[in-house]
Amino acid sequence: MIARFISTLFALFIGSVVHADALRLAVTTSFHNSGLSDVLLPEVSVDTGLEVQLLVVGTGQAIRLGQAGDVDAILVHARAAEDAFVTEGYGTHRREIMANDFVFVGPVGDPAAAQTATTASQALERIALTESPFVSRGDDSGTHTRERALWESSSAAPDPNWYRELGAGMGATLNTAAAMGAYTLTDRASWLNFGNRRGMSIVFEGDPALLNQYAYLPVSAERHPHVNQNGAIILETWLTSERGQTLIGNYRINGEILFTPNAKAP
Amino acid sequence: MEDIWSGIAAAFGLIVTLDRDLIDITLRSLQVTLTAVAIGAALGIPLGAWLAVSRFRFRRVTIAVLNALMGLPPVVVGLVVYILLSRSGPFGVFGLLFTPTAMIIAQVIIVTPLVASISHQALREIWADYHDLLISLNTTKWQRIRTITWDARRALLTATLAGFGRAIGEIGAIMIVGGNIDQVTRVLTTAIALETSKGNFALALGLGFILIGLAFLVNLAMHWLSRTEQRGRW
Repeated sequence: MIARFISTLFALFIGSVVHADALRLAVTTSFHNSGLSDVLLPEVSVDTGLEVQLLVVGTGQAIRLGQAGDVDAILVHARAAEDAFVTEGYGTHRREIMANDFVFVGPVGDPAAAQTATTASQALERIALTESPFVSRGDDSGTHTRERALWESSSAAPDPNWYRELGAGMGATLNTAAAMGAYTLTDRASWLNFGNRRGMSIVFEGDPALLNQYAYLPVSAERHPHVNQNGAIILETWLTSERGQTLIGNYRINGEILFTPNAKAP
Repeated sequence: MEDIWSGIAAAFGLIVTLDRDLIDITLRSLQVTLTAVAIGAALGIPLGAWLAVSRFRFRRVTIAVLNALMGLPPVVVGLVVYILLSRSGPFGVFGLLFTPTAMIIAQVIIVTPLVASISHQALREIWADYHDLLISLNTTKWQRIRTITWDARRALLTATLAGFGRAIGEIGAIMIVGGNIDQVTRVLTTAIALETSKGNFALALGLGFILIGLAFLVNLAMHWLSRTEQRGRW
């Protein structure tokens, strides 16, 4: 009885070791919260036989995971950090995959009148002027990086009286914004796929400064010999193939297109 | 308030339809936690017993440290295990990060001091009662440990269940070392956090009710297997 118990435990323990041919991909929360990964990954598995394991983290952490060699590739959206990742030799190269845009969401009543702003900076200035609550990701993610850049380019400065840094993912930040009646910056895909919008709507969109480019960066096998370089190449080829790009372009929520595929030939 | 009702409805729906993902996630939760608790008990109970019957110089300090470790913050345990198991860490070559094994390792570290400490408390009292008898029979230390652990088995079951209780609802450590990967390291608590972050409160709450039900069932099963609390038995 006891021997059987122990052997069962042992089997459980051994059984939990992961198969070696899977590809570990760190992706941004916005990519996963959009629901696109649930559409693409089964197709990847059918077409190439590659099992992709997603680690859903902020761009900052995704880059850390890539630097440490704990993942085989990353899919992120923060240009400066991506370029540094390649220059410092952690990634082999950077390949653009698709784009969408950021939007400002806030309470339906729009107390700051951000709706009538002409640029993203102006929308932020109005939020600052009326001291309307604004929640920030505060987690060094791609969205957070962009938000800080937008504040820099505006003439306003965040003030802790109404500006709240959360240190949370996109979904958690939207939950908080909904509960506080606050403004926040989000990528369009996460917003469309978000289930708890009570009293919130898009208040500003369409400025070219809000373009959101996603790129794929395989981790360098020179620096981390154990990485699944083959798998990373297979996935890149698939994502940039006509089939992958078409699937990305056709993904819709409530009839709205979420991503524009824009991979170029290498 | 209506979220709670839709949560109960969601839990009911998931159970009735035997949702495939739910079954996988639940089994993985049980696999990780039961393995960790079994290892934690296998380490913690002997340690508690040894501390009860032994007298050595730093015994008081050792016990105080052990008691303090009961409050070990899971997030810190997770972070330390993460750094150790990362490819750029000392145990990186094993490639254990983001596997259920990593989650088990983290939970063993969290559970063992708790089991050891509660076991020690229970065994100390039994040892006080049995001390004179066992000494006069000229028993070896091993025989003493065996006698008191057997006679304290009910209390040791409680210690083990306390360890299970801490591990099954734990998220801080396993989120960091497991990474919440679908089909690989996603368990009930990390799935709840994920669904909450997506704003799917009903589904998150449904999973929460299933987690509570699971903890209840495991406790009941342990008591049933060890035949405690039966009519006419103490």
